[in-house]
Amino acid sequence: MNKTMMRVVGVILVIATFLLISECAKKEKPILGSGDAASAVYVAPGDYDEFYAFTSGGFSGQLGVYGLPSGRLFKEIPVFSLDPENGYGFNEETKDMLKTSFGHIPWDDSHHPELSQTEGVTDGRWIFINGNNTPRIARIDLKNFETAEIIEIPNSGGNHGSPFTTQNTEYVVASTRFSVPIPQADVPIDTYKENFNGTLSFIKVNPDDGHMNIEFQILVPGFDYDLASGGKGPSHGWAFFTSYNTEQANTLLEVNASKNDKDFIAAVNWKLAEKYLAEGKGKTRPGEHYVNRMNHKTHSAESTLNKTVTVLDPADCPGLIYYLPTPKSPHGVDVDPTGEYIVGGGKLAAVLSVHSFSKMIKAIEDNKVIGEAGGIPILDYDATIAGEVTNVGLGPLHTEFDGKGYAYTSAFITSEVVKWKLGTWEIVDRIPSYYSIGHLMIPGGGSMKPWGKYLVALNKMTKDRYLSTGPELAHAAQLIDISGEKMKLLLDFPTVGEPHYAQGIPADLVHPNTTKIYELEHNEHPYRALSEKEARVERKGNEVHVYMTTIRTHFKPDNIEGVKVGDVVYFHVTNLEQDWDIPHGFAIQGARNSELLVMPGATNTLRWEPKKVGVFPFYCTDFCSALHQEMQGYVRVSPKGSKVPISFN
Amino acid sequence: MIKKTGMILIAALILMNCGGGDTEATKEAAAPKLSPDGLTQEQLKHGIGPIGVLTLGPQDEVLAAKGAEVFELKCVACHKINERLVGPPLAGITTKRSPAFIMNMILNPDEMVKKHPEVKAMLAEFYVPMTFQNVTEDDARAILEYLRTL
Repeated sequence: MNKTMMRVVGVILVIATFLLISECAKKEKPILGSGDAASAVYVAPGDYDEFYAFTSGGFSGQLGVYGLPSGRLFKEIPVFSLDPENGYGFNEETKDMLKTSFGHIPWDDSHHPELSQTEGVTDGRWIFINGNNTPRIARIDLKNFETAEIIEIPNSGGNHGSPFTTQNTEYVVASTRFSVPIPQADVPIDTYKENFNGTLSFIKVNPDDGHMNIEFQILVPGFDYDLASGGKGPSHGWAFFTSYNTEQANTLLEVNASKNDKDFIAAVNWKLAEKYLAEGKGKTRPGEHYVNRMNHKTHSAESTLNKTVTVLDPADCPGLIYYLPTPKSPHGVDVDPTGEYIVGGGKLAAVLSVHSFSKMIKAIEDNKVIGEAGGIPILDYDATIAGEVTNVGLGPLHTEFDGKGYAYTSAFITSEVVKWKLGTWEIVDRIPSYYSIGHLMIPGGGSMKPWGKYLVALNKMTKDRYLSTGPELAHAAQLIDISGEKMKLLLDFPTVGEPHYAQGIPADLVHPNTTKIYELEHNEHPYRALSEKEARVERKGNEVHVYMTTIRTHFKPDNIEGVKVGDVVYFHVTNLEQDWDIPHGFAIQGARNSELLVMPGATNTLRWEPKKVGVFPFYCTDFCSALHQEMQGYVRVSPKGSKVPISFN
Repeated sequence: MIKKTGMILIAALILMNCGGGDTEATKEAAAPKLSPDGLTQEQLKHGIGPIGVLTLGPQDEVLAAKGAEVFELKCVACHKINERLVGPPLAGITTKRSPAFIMNMILNPDEMVKKHPEVKAMLAEFYVPMTFQNVTEDDARAILEYLRTL
């Protein structure tokens, strides 16, 4: 070889080595913060995201399910609002999930998802979410990603401060945003100060089946209660609630409820509450509320009406609640992973106040009480405060933690995320959000075990971030890498509804446990048809019950005669498939509710009231096989009084 | 010549591809003789799935009766005995297919439909793939026993 040739070989070898290295690099996720944001959020086709993110739907009333870091939307779980896409709230099985003491309420405003926890760590069993408008809390089962239970919260108006869990999901707590007459009464609005109260509700969660039950409510002064947080570690046994409008204004609150320099965080000793309950201090009070639960054997909702609740009055229960003065109209109240620090997001304050749990206990022991509000002792601010974070931005709302000693606070007005250090209270980094961030979320960031890799900013304004869709825009979430010293914006992704808050959890804690089918053998629906032999049509007066089965690619029966105008027809459709991802749909002309989307092994019922004489087709709406387009049938509708007998095949 | 050597080096380096295990060539050399579809003779005869070669004893009436029950719940929506429905008629199936083939078809239809040449041909005829109906191995064995009575 001459020198030139050797050089050529050398260059080729260098290129080859480089190719090899870059080939290998593709297989490892690039280290976040390396400058390659696209690679950091890229989830290759067929690969899975590392985290689930659950975002509240806000005015959609639902719960969004996304993957992180990709920001891909997987599902919108219907919770408080009707969903014609799968029949939720329309079909006979689920419509009672939306039953309330006000009747069937087909919509709500869902704000705060909260994962269940065991020993302070998110366990992937359930996720809870509140309905604001007609106060309710829902529990979603993370095996099948379906709403399993909705409980109504009585003596509440605007169920905003919920549903936040205690360390082992002993309770989810709820506070009323709007104080109201309790019990409700016809009183002049300007008698607010004498007639209006708030409540803090403790909803017990059965550790085995998740069933919720209002264990007790605490009657509190008529402020606006905003958000809440369960204690953890040393503060386990306590729960913390922010309040504003301690001025007790009832009109033009933007001015009248912003006068006091400090409002309160209510610290509630719920273990002591349990003791008072055991001593019989709880009083039975009016509190009409429904509890609606899905029975997974019958695939049907069961509703129970409770007429009363147990109420504790702080006047009878010394030591039950203390007020921690906190500037100013605080929004979030966030307990750090160690359980020692309680961060109050004073949205109109210039500083972020951090209370110390141990100092609070000492202040209680030393009786550092500076006054009382509605009989509840107010502790001295200087006696409970651990530190103040200054220059945190304007409008600090909500704080989460990375488990590495740092806290991240959203500042709405200055539109930024501010990173600061617990203990020294110094700000170490800040990053703009686009635009006007509300809450933020770190997977596990409100629990004892945060997975401090990503932060999601939930922004309130979108403006020019995406291609325009006219006046109404999707809300914008932003994924921020928090694994390094400096925060780094990785991704914008649009979200459904208006996410007010979110939760995140490693996919491994949920994905392997999910349900794929419902086993036919365990279907106990009263109108099931577990084989085509059981498919039939029965008349009971003017009700016609069709026991229908589906399998690729036919309905049984698919021709039905003898139905008359004025009948109420119930199509009870059992999907005989036992294979994952083979739902069948059912739609019939003129149905004034929705379609059915029946999961393998389940039975769903569509009510149909034929108004016209004729022959009407029904068909499968979910593309199921090559012969999907052949999956159809007819119902013959005869005039009222006709003698055509019921027949089918 | 030198250029060629360079190319071969690049090719060799890329083939090495981060120190992964066997190359296709060594895999094939180690495997037994395969059909054009990449299946062993045993797989062609007995299907692909959890059941290997299965030798049946005398007919078991109790097991067949249990099989008939499972068949009624999980199979009849698509299969009749003597005529085509969604899938083929099943009379005499045990004389056409090996016992293991039948059980693998019940227990592992996805892979059978994707990989087995005869089952692939059936998909082209029937259009709807055989579906897994959440049948246990015991139940599949019972269905087989029932099919023997037909």
